[in-house]
Amino acid sequence: MHTAALEILGVRKAFIRKQRSQQRRGGRKRRAKEEVVALRGIDLTVGRGEVFGVLGPNGSGKSTLIRLVSTLLLPDEGTIRVFGHDIEKDPLSVKRLINRVSVDAAFFKKFSPIENLMYAARLYGLPGGAARTEMRAILTRLGLKEATFHHPMEQMSRGMQQKVAVARGFLTSPTLLLLDEPTTGLDPHSKRDVQAFVREIRETHDATVLLTTHDMDEADRLCDRIAILDDGRIVALDTPGGLKALVPSRNNEKPTLEDVFIALTGHGFAEAEAKKEAVA
Amino acid sequence: MSRLVREMRGAYAFVERNVNLIKRYWGWEIVWLIYSLTNALAITYIGNGMSAISGQEIDTQYVVTYLLVGALIWQYLSVIFYAISEMIAWERWEGTIEYTFMAPVSRPTHLVGTTLFAIGYGVVRTAVILAIVAAFFRLDLSGANLGGAVLMLLAGSVSFVGLGIVAAVLPLLYPERGAQMTNAVAAILLLISGVYYPVETLPGWLQRIAAASPATYVIDGLRGCLLEGAPTSRLLPTALLLIGVGLAIIGIGLAVFRYVERYAKRTGRLKRSG
Repeated sequence: MHTAALEILGVRKAFIRKQRSQQRRGGRKRRAKEEVVALRGIDLTVGRGEVFGVLGPNGSGKSTLIRLVSTLLLPDEGTIRVFGHDIEKDPLSVKRLINRVSVDAAFFKKFSPIENLMYAARLYGLPGGAARTEMRAILTRLGLKEATFHHPMEQMSRGMQQKVAVARGFLTSPTLLLLDEPTTGLDPHSKRDVQAFVREIRETHDATVLLTTHDMDEADRLCDRIAILDDGRIVALDTPGGLKALVPSRNNEKPTLEDVFIALTGHGFAEAEAKKEAVA
Repeated sequence: MSRLVREMRGAYAFVERNVNLIKRYWGWEIVWLIYSLTNALAITYIGNGMSAISGQEIDTQYVVTYLLVGALIWQYLSVIFYAISEMIAWERWEGTIEYTFMAPVSRPTHLVGTTLFAIGYGVVRTAVILAIVAAFFRLDLSGANLGGAVLMLLAGSVSFVGLGIVAAVLPLLYPERGAQMTNAVAAILLLISGVYYPVETLPGWLQRIAAASPATYVIDGLRGCLLEGAPTSRLLPTALLLIGVGLAIIGIGLAVFRYVERYAKRTGRLKRSG
């Protein structure tokens, strides 16, 4: 049995972006292409049963990392293994072990939660009857009222849609759950519901969680270990306490993860995001 | 859980999802049915008006049936083609493509589910259009070989499943305009395959391209069955050839799809749009 739920070894990922402007070369008009590096040689190992956080500003490479582990992207260099299965050589085995909740609750908009979840359950080979019972239990646990189970998703609030997305992620009992900013844009109450559910799942199921977030408090509260990602590089990796110990206290106030980020990268989250947007 | 049961559930997911899409977008279904119906009627009325147009005595009944058979077969084949070629476009539009592609479902299973739905949907839709159109024209199919017609239709479906898979890579490669590009593929097949006129009326170079279109043989065979009552034994070699060619196109389509899916994962083109 593999003790490492996830191994990421020397992973690099870049995208080619076409420029809007045109350049003349030898009298011919050509669209210039630019390489945008999202991840620059990432190495990390997540142990079985661990809640591992990846903390970084928008554009730092968090979602690219999640998409790579989800088999939706292929690395340019390096290897990713989920419980020993290589994502490139054995993607079907990897897919059976994972599920993902992303910031964009992507659903068939006119379908009800039950119809969307049933589609997901069948894709993962779950029997219809058992899946129906399970999905009702999870939706209820997440605070959705029975009356909303058959409403079209497009009539639901962002918070309710995200809860259905969380239910879809948990429905298939994934061994490795990938949470890509699952609480971004949620109201405080919905945020607490989702965070409590993640803690509950971790305690009651044999699940490993890879959580990306730019919410420092969320990372601090939920994660056993955290990697800080900046511009495609891991700049620090430790327990929340270990990371905070890297920074001295000021005015008798304990350092926060934001202090750690600023100390390690030389800039704050907002600054990093603004810089990324300016480049884009 | 046995692999087979899991794959069958996976295939059924696509059938059930597509049926749900029809239920949820029923207004669009009615609009499209009206469009298809009026299209079939308009084309068939050309046959009714041929004597008046040319000022010569012609066998109107034969021309009407000739055009109607073409219109109905094209309805059926194009429904299969679009249902399969749009399997990616729908997911892009709804924004669910990443979830479907990260699910543990093999691409052949994805295809089997989509094909089962496409054939069922195509049969029901064509039957509805036939029932309505039959009220407008006097159709004499008393001498038709209906069993042979079904054989040819099924044989032709195999090829269109393959062509649909090949066309489905377009929305995968071109997130914004790929779906529209599949229309161009369908339009070319319509032009060259003798749907509304004999292939011999086309210029020589187009006739040579028409010889490579499976639809040319499906439509020719079906007209033989329905208009001339051609015996099944005469159709069998063409039907077997169509099935063989269709299976080859499916094989090529799957290989192309696998290659393009890998390319899309390398370049980040699976990301949702829409």
